[in-house]
Amino acid sequence: MKDSRNTPLIQVEDLKMYYPVKGGIISHTTGFIRAVDGISFSIMEGETLGLVGESGCGKSTIGRGLVGLEKPVGGRILYEGKDLSLLGRRDMKRIRTQLQMVFQDPYSSLNPRKHIFEILAQPMLYHRISTKGTVEKDILKILDMVGLSRNVLGRYPHEFSGGQRQRIGIAKALSLNPRFIVCDEPVSALDVSIQAQILNLLKSLQKELNLTLLFVGHGLGAVNYVSSRVAVMYLGKIVEMGEAKEIFNHPVHPYTKALLDAVPVPDPEEKQKKRDLLQGEIGDSVHPPEGCRFHLRCPYAADMCRQKEPELTGEKAGNGHYAACPIVMQDKGGQDIV
Amino acid sequence: MGKKMERIEKKMAKKIKYEKTVIEGVKDVPVKDIASESYFQTVLRRFKRHHLAVASLAVVAVLGGAALLAPVIAPYQPDEIVGTFSGAPCKEFWLGTDQIGRDVFSRLLYAMRISLLVGIMATLISTVVGVALGLLAGYFGGAADMIIMRFTDVVMSFPYILLVLVAAAVFKPGLWNIILILGFVDWPGIARLVRGNVLNLRETNFIKGNIIAGMPVGHILFSEILPNTVAPILVYATSVLALSMLDEAALSFLGLGVQPPAASLGNMLNGAQSLTVLTKQPWLWIPPGLLIVVLVMAINFIGDALRDALDPNSGRV
Repeated sequence: MKDSRNTPLIQVEDLKMYYPVKGGIISHTTGFIRAVDGISFSIMEGETLGLVGESGCGKSTIGRGLVGLEKPVGGRILYEGKDLSLLGRRDMKRIRTQLQMVFQDPYSSLNPRKHIFEILAQPMLYHRISTKGTVEKDILKILDMVGLSRNVLGRYPHEFSGGQRQRIGIAKALSLNPRFIVCDEPVSALDVSIQAQILNLLKSLQKELNLTLLFVGHGLGAVNYVSSRVAVMYLGKIVEMGEAKEIFNHPVHPYTKALLDAVPVPDPEEKQKKRDLLQGEIGDSVHPPEGCRFHLRCPYAADMCRQKEPELTGEKAGNGHYAACPIVMQDKGGQDIV
Repeated sequence: MGKKMERIEKKMAKKIKYEKTVIEGVKDVPVKDIASESYFQTVLRRFKRHHLAVASLAVVAVLGGAALLAPVIAPYQPDEIVGTFSGAPCKEFWLGTDQIGRDVFSRLLYAMRISLLVGIMATLISTVVGVALGLLAGYFGGAADMIIMRFTDVVMSFPYILLVLVAAAVFKPGLWNIILILGFVDWPGIARLVRGNVLNLRETNFIKGNIIAGMPVGHILFSEILPNTVAPILVYATSVLALSMLDEAALSFLGLGVQPPAASLGNMLNGAQSLTVLTKQPWLWIPPGLLIVVLVMAINFIGDALRDALDPNSGRV
């Protein structure tokens, strides 16, 4: 257990995922949306990496790339050290089941024409994870893990609430004995009271089954709660990455600071405090700004930011805390500037 | 004072009792649990609300049954010359006899058989072809989509009456040829409909979930996607059924469809091309004409009701 914590299960190297933009009279590719533009990180076995950022920054695209829904145009994804794109069909089929996903919208993630037993049993039988004789017992075990009872089996998805459906969605992901699960904003479509239940469930399941999670979310509270490490994304790039505590208590990158600043604080006294909210919108991902992608909105932007794209480095911030901002890294090593 | 209290208490007791009975009364009414009914039950309940469609279903069932049981019901052989030429309806021949003395009622039963057979078979063929091509085009996209949809456009942009006329002239006109021709003409609509649905469904999370779960393409197409697009296919198929029955009637009327001596509703109308028949012998063309109208209308009503009943978003409970 201790050992496994230090071996990376997933390694992403310089991952690039572009979507073609069609245009013109004879629809041809006029450009690319650079949803993910050169990202590297790794996820250790048994840890949860949180991925945060504004809508449209490419965080969900990374999740889809990791489970093989979309093909990257550049870079590599290594699973247990093996490049996923180089695997043969048979190896892929085996690994397929080990990488699963929990979706954002629990209403569209279950086939409305099938009852829960069918939804859960069919993939298990296809992959020979259980047999006709044992499948019901196996399903009941999984349902028990996600806090559902056997009476859900004969029902259809529309008979359940959002929280229950998300539990079924988690059960579906778990049913294939995965080692890695991408949670693509799994609670953002749920009521606040239900969110906490689902987050607790994910957390306890992870511990129980020694799962490795990529938790994609824009709710900072939720990400902080479940993640051991956090990566902050802006316009297809990781701008800051480190231990969750570090990121939330000592943010270095101006974008992370702004993101944390934008979280409403339920304290009437705080109302007086003026906030430095970001101006403008997230940039164009077809023609990302030159240099640092954040410089158009950054309060500290200097000349060097407009010219050279900053690297994700960890010199000054220290202890596994990386940031891609030359200004703060140069200055006081992660302390407040200005 | 005590008396007053007693009275009030009595009143209260009465009131409570009254309320109780009301509540019990409510409890006695069986409350249908809408949430727990199956999809089929929901559809049935919604379908029943369309009285016209229910009546139409009964009409189609009766006529279809009569057609199916034609050999049992028909008083005479359809091709047998049993009476006078162009005899008016009488006790012996309920709907009279035709120009060469065959019993119109018997012929009508057999004609309905043929017409329904043509309609149903043509619909089946076009549905199977349309669904298969639509699924392929929608799911695989790219080149497959391009080729299939351009082919669909070609078939759609053909003046199909012309196509049918030419085909009927080239091949020997006959029952199976007409079925094949009509089946070939009607599939593009279904292919487009299915393709559109597949494009939508392919983006849903439950299809993506199945891809992530490593399920085979066959399972995803036929077990996940197809059941979710059956409703619009069914609705569309009813209109194809009505249309192909009309087309068969038109072609047979022109002499290019079902060939005599076999009877179809269309070639029974053939006689109405003559003015004498049209004006003097209405028993020769009113019954088959009426049957076509009734069948086509009934099928269309059923299709309309199905559309409402099957659509989960129609807003009714």
